[in-house]
Amino acid sequence: METAIESPIAAVPEELEAPPLTPRELVWRRFRRHKMAVAGVFMLILLLLYSVAGAFVFPESYANLTETGARLQPPSAAHPFGTDTVGRDILARTIYGGQISLLIGLFAVVVEVIVGVLIGAIAGYYGGWIDSVLMRFTEAMFNVPQIFLLLVMARFFAGKIPTVQFLGRTFSGSVIVIILIIGMTSWMYLARIVRANFLSLKEREFVLAAHTTGTTNLAIIFQHILPNSMAPIIVAATLGVASAILSEAYISFLGLGVQPPTATWGNMLDGAYNYIESAPWLWAFPGMLIVLTVLSINFVGDGLRDALDPRTLAQ
Amino acid sequence: MTRYIIRRILQAIPLLFIISLILFLLMRSTGDPLAMMGGRRATRPEDRERLARQLGLDKPLYVQYLYWLIGNDWTKIDMDGDGVAETPGDRRGVVRGEFGTSMVSRGRPVLEMIWERLPNTLILMIPAEVIIILFSLAIGVYSALRQYSFVDHLVTALSFVGYSMPIFFIALVSMYIFAVNFKRWGLPYLPTVGMFDPQVGKTTGQVLLHMVLPILSMSVISIAGYSRYVRSQMLEVIGEDYIRTARAKGLPRRMVITGHALKNAALPLVTIVGLDIPLLLGGAVVTESIFAWPGMGRLFIDHVSRADTPVVMGILMLISVAVVVSQLVTDIVYAWLDPRIRYT
Repeated sequence: METAIESPIAAVPEELEAPPLTPRELVWRRFRRHKMAVAGVFMLILLLLYSVAGAFVFPESYANLTETGARLQPPSAAHPFGTDTVGRDILARTIYGGQISLLIGLFAVVVEVIVGVLIGAIAGYYGGWIDSVLMRFTEAMFNVPQIFLLLVMARFFAGKIPTVQFLGRTFSGSVIVIILIIGMTSWMYLARIVRANFLSLKEREFVLAAHTTGTTNLAIIFQHILPNSMAPIIVAATLGVASAILSEAYISFLGLGVQPPTATWGNMLDGAYNYIESAPWLWAFPGMLIVLTVLSINFVGDGLRDALDPRTLAQ
Repeated sequence: MTRYIIRRILQAIPLLFIISLILFLLMRSTGDPLAMMGGRRATRPEDRERLARQLGLDKPLYVQYLYWLIGNDWTKIDMDGDGVAETPGDRRGVVRGEFGTSMVSRGRPVLEMIWERLPNTLILMIPAEVIIILFSLAIGVYSALRQYSFVDHLVTALSFVGYSMPIFFIALVSMYIFAVNFKRWGLPYLPTVGMFDPQVGKTTGQVLLHMVLPILSMSVISIAGYSRYVRSQMLEVIGEDYIRTARAKGLPRRMVITGHALKNAALPLVTIVGLDIPLLLGGAVVTESIFAWPGMGRLFIDHVSRADTPVVMGILMLISVAVVVSQLVTDIVYAWLDPRIRYT
């Protein structure tokens, strides 16, 4: 029976038989060649492990445990990263803070992508007055520097969202507020890219073909055009995670971000400049973790940009 | 060209209108400016009612926005709370150049508060911008001319790190090195807080000394980004035919680089400088709050947290106008510098 399956193709030498690479394999192959991007992925995995596996070593209550007798202690065997102004262990706080910071980065980008893609797609696809209205709105949002918008919106939402239970942990409402406002103040660039892509793609034959077969507008937008403009969205979203983590750090640093006792890398730095001389470990560790994370994500984004660039797709 | 400029200005007006509407609605729902007015003790209910009436906070939001935008001197308002509007309004509104008075610092005109702080922000921003341009040109050209050398790779790595740093981390590290450790090592050290040492007074030397660290923190990120940009522009220009022509006719290398390549590679930097203004203003918020610099960014943070709508709106509108104007100027300058570009 088994001999029957054997086809004549099997006789062809292996190198001739190797199927052409799919676009996905091509992208992966080019991405792998980008050494810094691979290093970035590796660093990100380590950072994820640090903040996830670390949670099994220290319980969350330990990270929020105040011990006024052990205030501002320099790094030691008991507290490898030292303790903060109310005696909390900084190592444990960077672990739990990392979870929140990474979570905020990821979910803020989810919000950003949803808003940006929707606005960009609708503006680009429908055109006309819808396009003008949406693009004027985008321009208006673009005009005010993001940090000002973030601060105004942080005030606007402060205390309006209650604490929630998620994955067996309690998240202060401020975490959700920060995710929302970062997402809602950073979608403009993405909307413009998506709109530009839609403007050119909607004139192509495959869209016309879809129209003639009676496909609905919604299906054309999401099943025909959107999959064809994924590359720039993926790159922008990756880099968006980095800038969302930075944005979180900025607002938390200015005291309008996630409220303690929930730790984030950003709010651990709030007020740290009062201890610049006496307790550098207060700001050095969370600060370095932010820089490392953002740096790795930027490398990955850079690698993805090169790997997904259609101009190099033929290689 | 003139028609293009006029059209752009006309387009800017509805834009600023949308911005002001969004921000005003956000700002007016952020909190209660009256809660903080009595200083430490809570405002009494009867005072609260009277103050809300005097400041116009009892009106519906769209009326408040209207009063803010075009003033209320065309109508009468009810001041004594008897339900009859009897006092004529005295506000002239933003479109007629009056930004109102602060709610927190009672009665101080917003414009006066901003003008007082604006120069302090500008003396940080302008030198920072000059330093950013000079350094990113120098670094970008240097590493382009030595592409793939050790220095080029080092600069690339450093610029990635610089670009990934939040401003406050640069500020904290530079404070730690140049103020704390230099002091510890007995070297001349830099001050970290304020504009001048109150014991010495506000002398030029003092202010200059206090400017060093804030400007450093503000410019590192931009230098890191733009030097990469200059490098890639320079590499592109070096491959052009006119550079080969210049070399072929025997011009000295220095001439080719500064006269022919650099001029063309630096052109797109003009657009970037225009776009940089919102970035620098944003950076000023963080920088000023770390270094306790009495500028506009600090004014913004202080008043946004106390829901002082007139001051916050004044600053935000000023920034929006600055951004619109700088984009327009950038486009005009770019068209003037690069004859290949024509606007119609």
